[in-house]
Parts: sequence; structure tokens; C-alpha cells
Amino acid sequence: MTQPAAISTPQALPSAPPASLDPKLIVPLINSIRAVFGTMVKLTVTIQRPHVKTSPAPMYDVSGIIGLSGDFIGSIVVSFQMEAAARIVSLFAGTTLAPDSPDFPDAVGELANMIAGGTKKALGGMASITVPNVVIGGGHVIARLSDVPCLVIPCQTPVGSFAAEVSIKKVQRSNASGGVA
Amino acid sequence: MKILLVDDSRTMRSIQKKVLEALGSNEVAEAADGMEALGIIASTPAGFNLIVVDWNMPNMDGITLVRKIRERDKATPLIMATTEAEKTRVIDAIKAGVNNYIIKPFTPETLLEKVRQTLARLQKAA
Repeated sequence: MTQPAAISTPQALPSAPPASLDPKLIVPLINSIRAVFGTMVKLTVTIQRPHVKTSPAPMYDVSGIIGLSGDFIGSIVVSFQMEAAARIVSLFAGTTLAPDSPDFPDAVGELANMIAGGTKKALGGMASITVPNVVIGGGHVIARLSDVPCLVIPCQTPVGSFAAEVSIKKVQRSNASGGVA
Repeated sequence: MKILLVDDSRTMRSIQKKVLEALGSNEVAEAADGMEALGIIASTPAGFNLIVVDWNMPNMDGITLVRKIRERDKATPLIMATTEAEKTRVIDAIKAGVNNYIIKPFTPETLLEKVRQTLARLQKAA
């Protein structure tokens, strides 16, 4: 729960996704976000333009982090501003969850878990996801694979904004296998 | 009806518990991982009418738990409720001994339907 890093600053947004952004990654993540929020939180999510993270500057206060291993390695991070996180997880849990409640990080982690799980399935191949880690506190920095671009998908809901960040690469090997941990 | 919910997310257990109480389950036990679940099962001689198991959990995951339960108990209805959605995972879970499989995210209606379906199917087979 101490992984560093930052949530992106959507500065100069590219007019189109850069070549390094794989649309095969963007679509499954967006679909998974919409499915999780529509089903479990009962919120409609408006997706803003995806972009590559260019600044390490932190922007959010709470992050749920899921690691992937197997045919795909990397991480999926779902980050919120505190107020939005509190409102979203309260809707998810069906009860008010204050940020100092022990159930608050649990709910953030479970949302990240479901988003990552749905994305993983759509990517194909065999990969495993870790149990969630949750970081709470403004200014945290999350370290990532240095050779993989980090894609940011900013999201808006009626109760606040959040962002999904994905930094994943496919492992090239002839005998791929991936058990579930 | 006695139900055991096994999920490392307390939020998810709470959501499932509320849904299952609507089904008339008057006794719901909870475990945060497979190890804890095995302890609860061992200390509950009367057993459970249903066990709902997550897959990815610390200490002991859900598929290992299912295999361990099935070593001794072939009868208790087991439902896997997980984000693991690949066909190979579903097949692995069925081979391990689950009676039904629910992919997260799911609606309360889906959970209720899967539970009813599982219990009805097993009653019919009995």
C-alpha cells in the first residue's frame, strides 16, 4: 500500500491517440469502467479523451492499484479526488463511507479489482491480477514499468471525476501460460 | 438458510449479504480468505446450505478453497463469484467442484437468480 506515484495531469491533450497507444487496450478498459459503474454504482460515466501521461504531477487523492502478470504485465490504477471517491464508494457500498472508515479503501480496491478483471478478460490471453492495493493521500506517486507508456482515461460522473491509468505490455513468448494466483 | 460468504472485500460481502437476506437467509457467516473459511467450516458441524466464494484472495484463493472443500464435501452448493471471466477459469472452477459461476460486476437480480438456480438444480437432483 505504499506504492508511489502520480495521477496524471491532462495537460496538452493530443488530438488523436499517439501511435504508442494501443486501441485494443483503450476499448476494453472503457467498457469495463462503464460496466462496473453502471452495474455496481448505478452511475453513468462520461469518458473524456484518453491521453498518454506526460507529467508525474499528482492530481488525485485516492488510488486503487491492481497489478497484472502472465501474458500481460503492468498495472491498472483507478484514481479519485477525495470527495468524488467518498461519494462513489458510498453509492457502491449502499451506505455512507467516510474516508477514515476502514471500509473506504476496501471499496476503492474492489472497484479497481472489477475494472481490472473486466479489462483483463477482454485483452485475451492468460493473465493474473493481484489483490488490490489502495493508496490514500494527496501527492502519492506510483512507480510503473519504465518501458511502457501510461495511458490515462479521464472519467466524469454526476458525483465527481476520476481517472483510470493503464500501463500494460504483452509478454512475448512461445509457451505462454498464466495461472491464477 | 445458512450461507457462508468468502470474499476479501468486506464491501462485496456486505452487498452480497443484503441481497441474500432478501432470499430469506437468516444466518450469514463471512470469511475474508480461504484459510478463514476453512476454519469456519470446521467449526460449523451442521454445515452450510450455500457457500459463495471469490477467486482472488490473499492467504488462500478461492479455487484452492473449493478443491479443499470438495475433498470432504461433495454436497454443499458452491458458487464462485469473481472478476475472473475467462472461459478457462470457468472450466477450472467447474472442474474443481463449483455448482455455478457469477462474474463481477453483477446486479442483485443476477446473484439472486444464480443462487435460486443453483439450489433448485441441486434439489431436483437430490
